[in-house]
Amino acid sequence: MSEARDFKYIGQRTIRPDGADKVTGRANYAADFALPGMIWGKILRSPHAHAKVLSIDTSKAEAYPGVFAVATHADFPGGEGGSIEAGESAVNLKDLSRNILADDKVLYAGHAVAAVAAVSERVAEEALELIEVSYEVLPHVMEIEDAMQADAPVLHEDMFTKGLDEEPDKPSNVATRTELKMGDVEAGFAEADVIVEREFKVSRAHQGYIEPHACTVRYDEDGQSLIWCSTQGHFDVRALNSQLLGIELSRLKVIPAEIGGGFGGKTTVYLEPIALILSRKSGKPVKMVMDRDEVFMATGPTSAANLKAKVGAKKDGTITAMQGWMAYDAGAFAGSPMMPGVMTMFTPYDCPNVLVEGYDVVLNRSKTAAYRAPGAPQSEFAAEMVVNEVAEKLGMDPIDLRLQNAAKEGTQTIYGPKLKRVGLVECLEAAKNSPHYQSALAEGQGRGIAAGFWFNIGGSSSVTVNMHSDGTGSIIEGSPDIGGSRASMQMMVAEVLGIPLDRLKPIVADTDTLPYNGTTGGSRTTFATGMAVIEAAEKVVEQVKARAAALWNVTAEQVEYADGVVRNLAGEESISLAEVCKSAAQTGGEISGSANINARGAGPSFAVHLCDVEVDQETGKVDVTRYTAIQDAGKAIHPGYVEGQYQGGAVQGIGWALNEEYVYNDKGQVDNAGFLDYRVPLASDLPMIDTIVVEVPNAFHPYGVRGVGESGIIPPLGAVGWAVGNAIDRKVEELPCSPPRVLSMIQSG
Amino acid sequence: MAKTHVTSTVNGEAVEFLCEPGDTLLDVLRNDLQLTGTKEGCGSGDCGACSVMLNDRLVCACLVLGVEAEGAKIGTIEGIGSNDRLHVLQEKFLEHAALQCGICTPGLIVAAKALLDENPNPTEEETRYWLAGNLCRCTGYDKIIRAVMDAAETMRESA
Amino acid sequence: MVSVVYEAPDTVESAVSILADSAIPAYVLAGGTDLIIQTRASKDAERLVVDVKKIPGMCDATIHDGALELGPSMPCAAFTARDDIKAVFPGLVEAAYLIGSTQVQGRCSVGGNLCNASPAADTIPALIANGAECVIQGPDGERTVAVEDFVTGVGQNCMEKGELLKQILIPAPAPRTADAYLRFIPRTEMDIAVAGAGVSVTLDESGVCTAARVAIGAVAPTAILVPAAAEALVGTSLDDAALAAAATAASEASSPITDRRGTVEFRRHVVGVLVKRAAKIAADRAGGN
Repeated sequence: MSEARDFKYIGQRTIRPDGADKVTGRANYAADFALPGMIWGKILRSPHAHAKVLSIDTSKAEAYPGVFAVATHADFPGGEGGSIEAGESAVNLKDLSRNILADDKVLYAGHAVAAVAAVSERVAEEALELIEVSYEVLPHVMEIEDAMQADAPVLHEDMFTKGLDEEPDKPSNVATRTELKMGDVEAGFAEADVIVEREFKVSRAHQGYIEPHACTVRYDEDGQSLIWCSTQGHFDVRALNSQLLGIELSRLKVIPAEIGGGFGGKTTVYLEPIALILSRKSGKPVKMVMDRDEVFMATGPTSAANLKAKVGAKKDGTITAMQGWMAYDAGAFAGSPMMPGVMTMFTPYDCPNVLVEGYDVVLNRSKTAAYRAPGAPQSEFAAEMVVNEVAEKLGMDPIDLRLQNAAKEGTQTIYGPKLKRVGLVECLEAAKNSPHYQSALAEGQGRGIAAGFWFNIGGSSSVTVNMHSDGTGSIIEGSPDIGGSRASMQMMVAEVLGIPLDRLKPIVADTDTLPYNGTTGGSRTTFATGMAVIEAAEKVVEQVKARAAALWNVTAEQVEYADGVVRNLAGEESISLAEVCKSAAQTGGEISGSANINARGAGPSFAVHLCDVEVDQETGKVDVTRYTAIQDAGKAIHPGYVEGQYQGGAVQGIGWALNEEYVYNDKGQVDNAGFLDYRVPLASDLPMIDTIVVEVPNAFHPYGVRGVGESGIIPPLGAVGWAVGNAIDRKVEELPCSPPRVLSMIQSG
Repeated sequence: MAKTHVTSTVNGEAVEFLCEPGDTLLDVLRNDLQLTGTKEGCGSGDCGACSVMLNDRLVCACLVLGVEAEGAKIGTIEGIGSNDRLHVLQEKFLEHAALQCGICTPGLIVAAKALLDENPNPTEEETRYWLAGNLCRCTGYDKIIRAVMDAAETMRESA
Repeated sequence: MVSVVYEAPDTVESAVSILADSAIPAYVLAGGTDLIIQTRASKDAERLVVDVKKIPGMCDATIHDGALELGPSMPCAAFTARDDIKAVFPGLVEAAYLIGSTQVQGRCSVGGNLCNASPAADTIPALIANGAECVIQGPDGERTVAVEDFVTGVGQNCMEKGELLKQILIPAPAPRTADAYLRFIPRTEMDIAVAGAGVSVTLDESGVCTAARVAIGAVAPTAILVPAAAEALVGTSLDDAALAAAATAASEASSPITDRRGTVEFRRHVVGVLVKRAAKIAADRAGGN
């Protein structure tokens, strides 16, 4: 299906079709919309990290001039329970509704308690101050190890740890325990000549999208409710709002605005259900836009983690056993990405003896949300650091150690399947031969390398390709475009139809226009939506061929289609796609192809990163001097946007490894809820991020595509962490490697 | 609170609007003048998404009061390039794939144009430091820097 | 949310009387890069904002025979472009240049940075090192205050209601004098200083230090002059031992806190490193005169 071939469009650096709107400021993001008669919604948030909500009196706010409606958790129709699939995992609806508006308890500072809709943002904020909430403040718990203690303040009285051998009789803050294993790690460690065991801590990190959450909604009793919002998955927004508010799916239309970054953090909902409630109660459209501090206080970052990794190897470099332990913080409600962390930790290695144990822990911080390869950066950081240390102890090159033990086709994973064809070995070899790795380090510099694995998903994509009478076409797809995917869709359809790119317009359509489309996440879009648009375009080709065959009175097998032209193999005639479309109504109806697929066969993407750093030994400040990101794309549809995914993931990982963390005060409030003190990398912090696009095709996609969006954030934590340790001759055990931590390591001798 | 009447020049055109003295120029541009190309990422001058030109100086619109626009000359993303012809910077951003989600792009283009107007031949380091106040979370900045330096070269050649 | 009243007087006298007569809390607006953020977060019901940028002289600077007369509200983008000022006070200019991003530089001012009196303000150690003076106009007339006495606490300055900072003066430095300012931040830009050091040294013809002023910032409620650090340099040729002694004196004079930007131990150590490095840069510049 994907043998090497010459492509006409695939692989070129085209200009994205939505590009002009983006560079001129014309593109409309969710906060850019307005509806006639629109009012503004604002949220009141808890100052306490843990408290019972004894009462909420909104009467003064409701009476304030200019206020049209207020909302609390009581406005959710009762009886919501169970869970639905949304984003990359199952969503517990009761927890979701309680996160959106607190029920009987507030569980983190910043937890939404009530909301007001008023004639302006200013009036709404003034009215918030009139809402009287009576709290009974409870002790709060902020650290994983504290939350796991038997005497810790308990967040949920109905949380009894799942996955233990014996069911507990007391509630705790441990939602789940999981263990995956294969082989016999004890026997494996007994065989080892060298064993390295280390403990690590990784901080929470926020996705850091520059666009705050925003929506404009209108609730219509009779007709159809409308939501314009910033989201990665508008069909999931529809599903969640439908479940939370008891609205039929067909009565809720969600229009995805252009989205200003998501990285997983916009696969859930915070504002839309509140805005719908306010719109229903006020009878007016409602707009809600989060302030930056609300984004940091109350939208999910990814989990902090405490981790242990232990790896044993023989003198000849064969890894004989790998063992891991991790506890992830889920924030206020269960559901950290601990499980993917467990599954991915040692997957880059072909080792028969592996045991990984994981704990999902709640504590009084904001509920976590998906962030680019959720769970994997933390666990794979621990694994990669220990593997590097094993190489060091063996006196082996860290790439050679990985090559010797690399996961490949047929490798048994700890989570069940055997890997199909994958490109880790190719990435490692590319790293070894790279100019970066071949270059010498200067005095005082350190170098680190790390690998990364992410499964990638397929899932539902439903698309239509409509051909118009002038021979141009519309690609109607349902995947919000977070990174240039419309360009790839345009290229894939152009490749099938053999017509110029500018004849094809990709559109991200609303939930009324198409059947369900899964979220833009899980690195699925180029793979699954790509597969769907290819299939839809192939149906267009079949119809065009059939119309031509009928015209010439031959069978479909007697015509061939290439480069936008149908040829009669049994004669001399030919006809262009455009001409067929022009007369479509007369020959049987408009030409259009749909494909509603549940894509299977997503190929994992392995990544290997190299990082050089310089450390100021007197201050602990780290400077990244050189960086190379190598990753397997299967087939790069648009090389520029593939490289962009590698570079973006690398820089998020560098930020997490060096400076990004959450700082809480003693009241459990976020102390650094802004871009001033939540320190993401700046242009001046970084060198160019060199990339090497490896292409080991995924046999399950017509062009060999593997998703690439996520794997790139995994290796930077280990590459940077090891490089820093290498530069100062210490072992890094905690991220981020902020200057005080690095200086402290230097001074500890 | 009575609103203040302000007359100003935005992208070369005379405009007038009413605003509260506490409104920022960003509020005014987006809500009163419906120029939504300038974005709010943080409201505190830390992200650069609201970059505009105020009397030929690069500023964050969230750190200027709307009333300060009185008699002033303001330039926004809407004033760069035109329907018929993109500015070289805009073309290079597209050629180099220097944007992914695009939310930071308007601010970056305004800031980069201000750089090249002042320094037509910046080094990579100068470019990175000039643009340090424009956060991008998607691209890692690599392609942005390449696009700006390529635009600078093209502009020098055609000057 | 606070209700703002805005005035933009065009003389110092009218600004002073507006400030003095205001019945509601009144604040001076220069670049607004601190004030606008604070105003939006304010719990005041009402605030008066007095924009002083239209007052002649508030946004200009002249340097005459090495003596600087600086309008407090001059945007740093303009101030730092002045090669004539940079030639005499490179450290003060580099301190001003470090405030915020290019966009913030288009608005922020040395006077605003000084009056806002953040413990971590970048310009204040450099102003102190250069012996700057603050010329204040009030309802009762004019007075001059040494810059190290101008800031009185965290976010507090010595001005009374109705007073306006109308000029910053720096006397002409002696021959073979130069300054330098360094700060420590975790990234390369944008961050508030975790520690800062402003140093001015005067050398004699043989390179021996005859005078010095060392000021440190972000390591105490206000920036502070450290006479002991200066004494460690005077009479030496700023060799490693002298620099180390100055660094130790600076660390010992500091009283930092632990917050989201740094720990006590870290700040105490780093401020010493910065004093050492800034003193060396200042000495190299002074020797090159």
